Amino acid sequence: MPLIPQPAPPAGGALLARLHAINAEHGYLPEAELRLAADELGVPTSQVYSAASFYAAFTLEPRGRHTIQVCLGTACYIRGGDKLLEKLQATLGVGPGETTEDRAFTLETVYCLGSCSMSPVIRVDGDTYGRLRADRLPRILKKYRAAEGQGP
Amino acid sequence: MRVHMRSDLDRLRAEGLSTLYPDGLRIGVGMATCGLATGAAAVYDALRDESAARGLDLTLVATGCIGYCQQEPLVDVRVPDRGRVLYARMNPERARALVAALAGGELPAEGALAVIPEDHPSKVLPGVPFLNELPFYARQHKIILRNSGLVDPTRVEEYVAREGYQALAHALLDLSQQDVIDEVVSAGLRGRGGGGFPTGCKWQVCRDAAGEPKYVICNGDEGDPGAYMDRTVLESDPHSVIEGMIIGGYAVGAHEGTLYVRDEYPLAVERVSQAVAQAEELGLLGEDILGSGFGFRIDVVRGAGAFVCGEETALIASIEGGLGEPSPKPPYPAVSGLWGQPTVINNVKTWASVSAILARGAAWYTGIGVEGNRGTVVFSLVGKVANTGLVEVPLGLTLREMIEGIGGGGLDGKVVKAVQTGGPSGGCLPARLFHLPIDYETLTQAGSIMGSGGMVVMDEETCMVDVARYFLTFTMDESCGKCTPCREGTRAMYEILTRIIDGGGTLEDLDNLEEIATWVKAASLCGLGQTAPNPVLSTLRYFRDEYEAHIVEKRCPAGVCRALIRLAIQPELCTGCGLCLRECPVGAITGESKEPHVIDPDLCTRCRLCHDICPVGAVEIVR
Repeated sequence: MPLIPQPAPPAGGALLARLHAINAEHGYLPEAELRLAADELGVPTSQVYSAASFYAAFTLEPRGRHTIQVCLGTACYIRGGDKLLEKLQATLGVGPGETTEDRAFTLETVYCLGSCSMSPVIRVDGDTYGRLRADRLPRILKKYRAAEGQGP
Repeated sequence: MRVHMRSDLDRLRAEGLSTLYPDGLRIGVGMATCGLATGAAAVYDALRDESAARGLDLTLVATGCIGYCQQEPLVDVRVPDRGRVLYARMNPERARALVAALAGGELPAEGALAVIPEDHPSKVLPGVPFLNELPFYARQHKIILRNSGLVDPTRVEEYVAREGYQALAHALLDLSQQDVIDEVVSAGLRGRGGGGFPTGCKWQVCRDAAGEPKYVICNGDEGDPGAYMDRTVLESDPHSVIEGMIIGGYAVGAHEGTLYVRDEYPLAVERVSQAVAQAEELGLLGEDILGSGFGFRIDVVRGAGAFVCGEETALIASIEGGLGEPSPKPPYPAVSGLWGQPTVINNVKTWASVSAILARGAAWYTGIGVEGNRGTVVFSLVGKVANTGLVEVPLGLTLREMIEGIGGGGLDGKVVKAVQTGGPSGGCLPARLFHLPIDYETLTQAGSIMGSGGMVVMDEETCMVDVARYFLTFTMDESCGKCTPCREGTRAMYEILTRIIDGGGTLEDLDNLEEIATWVKAASLCGLGQTAPNPVLSTLRYFRDEYEAHIVEKRCPAGVCRALIRLAIQPELCTGCGLCLRECPVGAITGESKEPHVIDPDLCTRCRLCHDICPVGAVEIVR
């Protein structure tokens, strides 16, 4: 028995679920929301911060309106995923983890989207594009820009 | 409707049969992530709209993945009394043509990949083979993937129609807890997540361990790059996993389960959550399941993108408090796991195997595979191979039968050089060892591991030094940093490999690599670090000549490593089409239309995109 009564730990997976919910709402994890989560779940702020900064799915900085994930899983890598990344970097003018100046796109790399048979693949928001070659990328980007009414 | 007793399953089954094998036309579209990545949604829409426009009455279903991903999008057409045909590489235009043909009473042979045999004799289309006659399927035996691509994963009724939840009824109503464990022990099932630990023994330890409550976990944090079978099972047949977990819970005396799914698999999270909700609604999860008095519930936890969480102690830590760092073993989770309580943690494919074993019996299962390696394993056959997809085979097949027989050999006629098995914890095996049988022990002896089943084929254009560094980049990034050998050792190996790749390596570097690798293996805390050197050690063992070519001759034999190659356009072949000029990411190519183009070596980053896209093969890699 601990001398000082300890609060009951939150239910299994509760902190991850909360971080996912914040991320879904804001596209990143704002500090105020993290502090609120710590209070409400009864865990130290440091624990919330360590989880928030540990996982690749979360960022503490705002993202662009669209997130492009370039898969660098093994199959994608040996079938040219790095070339897709290079082309996107050149086209967007940003590196992995960065957001374009107009905040339209955040470029990320990811280790395996689980679509290895379609390698190389990228995912833009929820849509996965397989059997890609770098020359198809401009058309895909255009689609997302057009959806914003911005033109190519 | 709720399922209170075993006979209630019969009603569900009847309902499932009515959509699985309806009296009229049924069309299934493979819409797991791999199908969607190649345009299956547009095919589905075209089928729906065209059949509505033609007034064609049909059951249109979004199914999961049937495994032959190379041929996606796949469409499965079933016409009662005429047969069931799988159409490959569909697009909206071909989908509309298919509907037109079906509306005209025709089951067309055009675009048909295979006839799917059913219980009643299917009429063969002229020139179209049966599915099990295709080299890709001929050796396959589907247990884990028994329903994938065949059932609608959002309808539990279709799972029940294919004998689903019968195993649960058998376990809960006919068998004692110990009987269930004994059945799994005698089946000889070994953990399919990669470790290969006997599943039944693990359950026995957990059941015998002191402490209540006990927990059951499904590890769906499939992180090995190059492996996607867990995603496929979770997306295509979630109830097979849920049923296995309830059976496992009963056997060890747990009433709570956690299904942990990898964050990068949003569709799997959705399908699994949906399936859990359905099972709850029916009473297959909750109190007093099937009138047995046994209660069980499942929480779905979504991971957040950390490879190390695939390690069981890290996964448990991630569920408990967020941060996914591993801890030393023992104690093993079966004794002290979630919240310090006895916990059984098994992989997705293991749970899906459990439900099959309890349904059909241990004797049936031991009839498959070889001594010590019973049952089937699912491999994701990907990379530079002609036929990519998921392959479920009995253990003991040789690598050659897998890669050349099922996989059809190299991509575009290129020579296969190696296969990488087991992800970042595994190794690269050369083609001269393809006579080896695929089982846990043989692969380990050869310097690789079975792992979760990723099988990435590499050809003459893959540089093995580059591959070794690729895996080190991965493990260095994914190392949680808790223990020094893993954190610093992977970095040191990465730096040496980079030096070799950049042309500055020495032969002494190879000795240093081997020495560091040995230390990292011996001294790391968890499996991530203990296995991280494997890709380096196996490539050093089998492809030392490639390392030496980089160091001594400053040459990359595969033509990959950028510091050691140069790209040149052969003027006699170049047609001046301008494609490379437009696509070069750095604007290094110049030339007039219809005149031979030139690459500026100072601007060129040697990404080789021009080489890949040149329609006449005029771009040469100078090694």
